[in-house]
Amino acid sequence: MNRSHRAGLPATAAVAAIALALSACGSSGGSSSSSSSSALTASAPGITAKTITIGSHQPLTGVAAPGYDEIAPASNAYFDYVDAHGGIYGRKIVYKFLNDQYNPADTVSVVKQLVLQDNVYAIFDGLGTPTHLAVAPFLNSEKVPDVFVASGCECWNNPAQWPETFGWQLDYVREGKILGSYIKKHFAGQKIGYFYQDDEFGKDGVKGLDDEIPAADVVSRQSYDPTNINVGPQVAALKAAGAKVVVSFSVPAFSALLKLNSLKLGFSPTYVVSDVGADPITLAGLLEAYAKQGGAKVSGNALTQGIITDGYLPTLGDTGNSWIALFKKIHDQYIPKLPFDGNVLFGEAVAYTFVQAMLKAGRNPTREDLVKAIQSGLPQGPAVAPYAYSASVHSGMTGAYIGVIKNGTIVQEGPVLTTTTAPTSAITPYTGSAPAAPASGMP
Amino acid sequence: MTLLRHLAAAIVVALVLVLLTVRLDAFRDYQMAEVACYVVAVAGLTALVGLSGQISLGHGAFMAIGAYSAALLLLHLHWPLPAVLAAAAVITAASGAVVGVAAARLRGPYLAGATLLLAVALPSLALSDPSLFGGDQGLSVVTSTPAFLGPTFPPTRWQAWLTCGCALITLVLLANLARSRVGRSWRAAGDDEVAAALAGLNVARLRVLAFVVSAACAGLAGALLAITTSIVSPGAFTITLSVALLTGAVLGGLGSLAGAVWGSLVLVLVPTYVMDVAASHGLSSSAGSNIPVAAYGVVLVVVMLLFPDGIQGGLVRLYRPVAARVPAWRGLARRKTTGPATAPAPQPRASASEHQEEGSI
Repeated sequence: MNRSHRAGLPATAAVAAIALALSACGSSGGSSSSSSSSALTASAPGITAKTITIGSHQPLTGVAAPGYDEIAPASNAYFDYVDAHGGIYGRKIVYKFLNDQYNPADTVSVVKQLVLQDNVYAIFDGLGTPTHLAVAPFLNSEKVPDVFVASGCECWNNPAQWPETFGWQLDYVREGKILGSYIKKHFAGQKIGYFYQDDEFGKDGVKGLDDEIPAADVVSRQSYDPTNINVGPQVAALKAAGAKVVVSFSVPAFSALLKLNSLKLGFSPTYVVSDVGADPITLAGLLEAYAKQGGAKVSGNALTQGIITDGYLPTLGDTGNSWIALFKKIHDQYIPKLPFDGNVLFGEAVAYTFVQAMLKAGRNPTREDLVKAIQSGLPQGPAVAPYAYSASVHSGMTGAYIGVIKNGTIVQEGPVLTTTTAPTSAITPYTGSAPAAPASGMP
Repeated sequence: MTLLRHLAAAIVVALVLVLLTVRLDAFRDYQMAEVACYVVAVAGLTALVGLSGQISLGHGAFMAIGAYSAALLLLHLHWPLPAVLAAAAVITAASGAVVGVAAARLRGPYLAGATLLLAVALPSLALSDPSLFGGDQGLSVVTSTPAFLGPTFPPTRWQAWLTCGCALITLVLLANLARSRVGRSWRAAGDDEVAAALAGLNVARLRVLAFVVSAACAGLAGALLAITTSIVSPGAFTITLSVALLTGAVLGGLGSLAGAVWGSLVLVLVPTYVMDVAASHGLSSSAGSNIPVAAYGVVLVVVMLLFPDGIQGGLVRLYRPVAARVPAWRGLARRKTTGPATAPAPQPRASASEHQEEGSI
């Protein structure tokens, strides 16, 4: 009986030895210094004379991965382009994005690794509402800039509590309002059904929709849980309620499931799908893949035809647009194997915004310098409407256009519309002119 | 006497761990805390499977109960931490009793199926009442380092202390329990129910008790994990976690508490290590992100092929011949000549009972 006890001690010693060996791999951050000198210094954690290291959490596998797993490689492609064209004040960008599988528990783990072990300068474009909410308090208590979260949750605009956190894309409340006003105008008096993800993403969207759509028109409100792919009951309920228009705040996989389940039930409403769930190329691919799993063959482009959505970046089909030309060129050079779709465009555009902010933060920026640079406002860049950034507002884009999917691409309908998140505020067409992309491709 | 020996060993290990947390950087401290959380859960599971001979694929669900209990108590009632941890263990133990009563009637694959159901169904309950459980988003768990450590004390170090402390206490208690009358009765009932019943043991009660103890450990582990990761969400307690815990117990060596430590180290460190290696070798993100899963499977297959009785069993097997050759160690290895450990056991179940004979728990 007692020998095992002795066997336990060497085991413990071995654990200790392994742990000690691991400790040798630890790293230490640079100390901050004044940014006035012209020499490049290690001005902040994650910044050396040669590199800027930033990190991110991304769903590279799992339910949210289809489509979204292209975003970080696309951002990285833009950073590679910047590095090849002189970098940010001569520094190269090291972008370390780790897989959190869209699971908040994993997000905590990978973000702690990025901040505590890899000593990243900032967390950039962390993807997902439930995932990023799990780490925003930690990033703010550690005073790590948490910039351009890849989620339109209104919650990122909370500078009093989370001074380090900034949104980027059009928030879901504004998006809901813009989609809602379109529905109110074009489908007046018709029965409307909601289909939304049961979290801040879906609820924010519904909040915006409800600001515009008369409550009496909404005949059914169905939510789904992103871990349960059986949405048959929700679709049946929408059909039973006689919805003629279904508005969907869903990730691409669930937009596809909504469409396929409707098809199965012989239910064919008009679909209005929020931007994040309506990329035509991603959606067509998912529709074909899911149908194949079920033993059926469908044409993805035929099924996405006529879906109404919105966009806050130029449409991919608009090849004459200077931003699309720039991002297509970078895509073709660095990530030719990925489809040039909305996710790639998103990844490149948000990377562009980050480079804008870093250039503004100065030659030898501290972490606060980046926050101050964004708070003092950023030029519009590839977005179709201006950013709202200020010391008191940390949300990004302020407007979008309505688009309809035709033959696999989004076609813009009408002007860019801007609004605020306040329920009573009006939706007004944007009268400014969008800037063209710089010829060098560098901000 | 046994208790004193275990306590002495625990104190030595505690000192080593404290030194380690000071030496290591914040992220390693965080990983230590993660390992300690898994140790608590895997140790409870290895006692259940290895000693009482019952299987559970539902321990992730027990961890969820502990984690949500802790989160709700901290959020709404603001209980002090020790009370929260104790309450989480007690609440989970109670649910373990309920499951245990059902489990006592089921055997083998039926028991596995029933507990699997628990693992699949329970996390969805969190979605049924989003206002209470926070839905898919979960609840955030905010704890602060105790005031006496000072304002600049690294929070991850405190979490490592807390979790490692709890893990050591759990290990000491389980080691004593395993060596007590209860532990012997579990082994008897696990090895041969009929013989145990004929010897006057109440097998059903013993089986329920094993579930209660094991669930209490899982509940404590869940509460600790909630504090360490500062969030509880359904996504953290999927069937994958339940399977991972069982994998950890099997990898380490069923029925062995030292094995629970090995298993937990593998569960936490292998995925991060492999991901770092994959990234530093410039693997594409889509390949790199799938490799940890594959590595996990490879480690399991290799360990099972080389050491059918787990890492701890393998270490003991490697250690004995060496010890036998050194005269001074001969006393330690005397059992080698009589023990069956030199012949690899053909079935996991048999290898588990072999450990029990040798009291390696």
